[in-house]
Amino acid sequence: MSKQDLKKVLLMGKSGAGKTSMRSIIFANYVARDTTRLGATIDVEHSHVRFLGNLVLNLWDCGGQEAFMDSYFETQRDHIFRNVALLIYVFDIESADYAADVRYYKSCIEAIEQNSPHAKVFCLIHKMDLIADELREQALTERSDQVKSLCENVDVRCFGTSIWDETLYRAWSQIVYALIPNVQVLEKQIKQFAEVTCADEVVLFERATFLVIAHVSIKEHGDAHRFEKISNIVKQFKLSCGKVQSQFQSMEVRNSNFTAFVDQFTANTAVMIVQSDPIIQPSATALNIKLARAHFEDLIRHTAGVPQ
Amino acid sequence: FTMGKKPRVLLMGSRRAGKTSIFKTVFHKMSPHETLFLESTTMITRYDVSNSSFFQFSIWDFPCATEAEPAASDMESMLKGAAAIVYVVDAQDDLSESMPQLAKLVLKVQKHNPKILVHVFVHKHDGLSEDDKQEVYRSVSERLRSELQDESSSDFGVAYHLTSIYDYTVFEAVSRVVQNLVPHLSHLEGLLDALISKSRLDKAFLFDVVSKVYIATDSTPFDPQTYEVCSDMMDVVIDVSCIYGAGDDGDGQAYDTNSASVMRLTNGNVLFLREVSKYLALVCMMRQETADSLGLVNHNVDLFKSALKQLFEE
Repeated sequence: MSKQDLKKVLLMGKSGAGKTSMRSIIFANYVARDTTRLGATIDVEHSHVRFLGNLVLNLWDCGGQEAFMDSYFETQRDHIFRNVALLIYVFDIESADYAADVRYYKSCIEAIEQNSPHAKVFCLIHKMDLIADELREQALTERSDQVKSLCENVDVRCFGTSIWDETLYRAWSQIVYALIPNVQVLEKQIKQFAEVTCADEVVLFERATFLVIAHVSIKEHGDAHRFEKISNIVKQFKLSCGKVQSQFQSMEVRNSNFTAFVDQFTANTAVMIVQSDPIIQPSATALNIKLARAHFEDLIRHTAGVPQ
Repeated sequence: FTMGKKPRVLLMGSRRAGKTSIFKTVFHKMSPHETLFLESTTMITRYDVSNSSFFQFSIWDFPCATEAEPAASDMESMLKGAAAIVYVVDAQDDLSESMPQLAKLVLKVQKHNPKILVHVFVHKHDGLSEDDKQEVYRSVSERLRSELQDESSSDFGVAYHLTSIYDYTVFEAVSRVVQNLVPHLSHLEGLLDALISKSRLDKAFLFDVVSKVYIATDSTPFDPQTYEVCSDMMDVVIDVSCIYGAGDDGDGQAYDTNSASVMRLTNGNVLFLREVSKYLALVCMMRQETADSLGLVNHNVDLFKSALKQLFEE
């Protein structure tokens, strides 16, 4: 029996920043509108999310109200900040009290440096939809630069996010990618699969969240944000199928220039294959997917389950 | 309505009821959240919608009546030239002002253009509980009827719809308004009935791909969930095609004559889409057994497509 790989992920930020909303959308099949129902998180909410079979994300959603935050840095410090694989700090771009945000953030980083020096740090600059379109990029760059300057000896990755578009999927795909051990091995194999199927592009998604785990592009493509867009598109459709008491199993979309197949792949993944060669028969692609399944089932189980 | 001129839809209602937001969300692909930034309409604004031969009309977006009441003679000629009226009522607002206004309008319509429908959109229901929604809906029709009774008239020629820009209801309601304006509608419905019967489909919709309004469906009972999942399926096809469908030189259309899709659901249902003209998509729901012989379905859709083309050319 393969060992379970447990990764502790801290989700921190001031009250109302959007931590629980994000978590609910990515892991609990909420649609953005459902999140208005969520109340304040009381102390720490723990959830275990099984990802790729043997990888288990142990999510600590830390309620951001002042009383809780203070206790995290005092009485609960060791308990919270030890053995952390990854810290996600959420900033609300429209926060009324940026100074308080900075204070808490610095305390977090300090506690992490002391207790889990190898933890990866991600900062999500959230609720970007509240900024007018034309001002968004600048606002994000400014805030990211500010955040990075606060703790210069820590490698922090910043992302702008919103629950109303695909940017949420981009950030969280990067987060889980950072947690999957040996993902490069998987990518090499996906590349071979892409070559065998004469695909322009092959993307591997985690089945429940539709976060992108790995992708290979044989043919160049202009849109760097297409992967998170696809995650968002397909995830929304998955939830829509729930309305007719069903799940979607597979899909094929085509026009004169391309064919895209999305199908369940292994027990924990789905795959998208994009082809533009008009000669390829859909049945050939379907057969290739079938034949590759067993091999990838094995590979993914070993990829995700072996601790570093 | 006069032949050769585009049918005219008047979009009216009380202040900040949501008239322009409805138009922008459905026809200009505006995200519902962005509509919060829209400024009040100050003059009658005309928008033309001409996505296909079946989907041509102009919408006249009115400012609030109390602020800029057009002259009586202008009003009369506008009503006479209209093919349909949409009156938007804010479901979260006090009805005591908007109902008398609406009643006055209905009386004018009954006088000057009795053949057209006044579609009352009971709008912004998204903020209300299920019970409250039904309550407001009932309240609007009751109050309108009682106002009209005072003038010894009835609400004949009035259709009521619960709408919100945050879900499908606004698209469904606009679909019903538009269907009354579609030329050869009964012929289209006949073609769809023939298609589903010959191909053993469960349901078929003819959607305008740009606005997601459906201009015709077959005569089997309408089920909102089926409509929603078909509309969502079309969204997926368009969105994925926008990413991958532009071709090597980037000049290709995302939605082109070979656009098609099949989506299999775990409960044995299969969703099917085919392009039938430049801006129209045929979206169907069928059982797995039917999907096993897609060749037959595709053949029948080809026939449907050419029948549609003939209708255009008439």
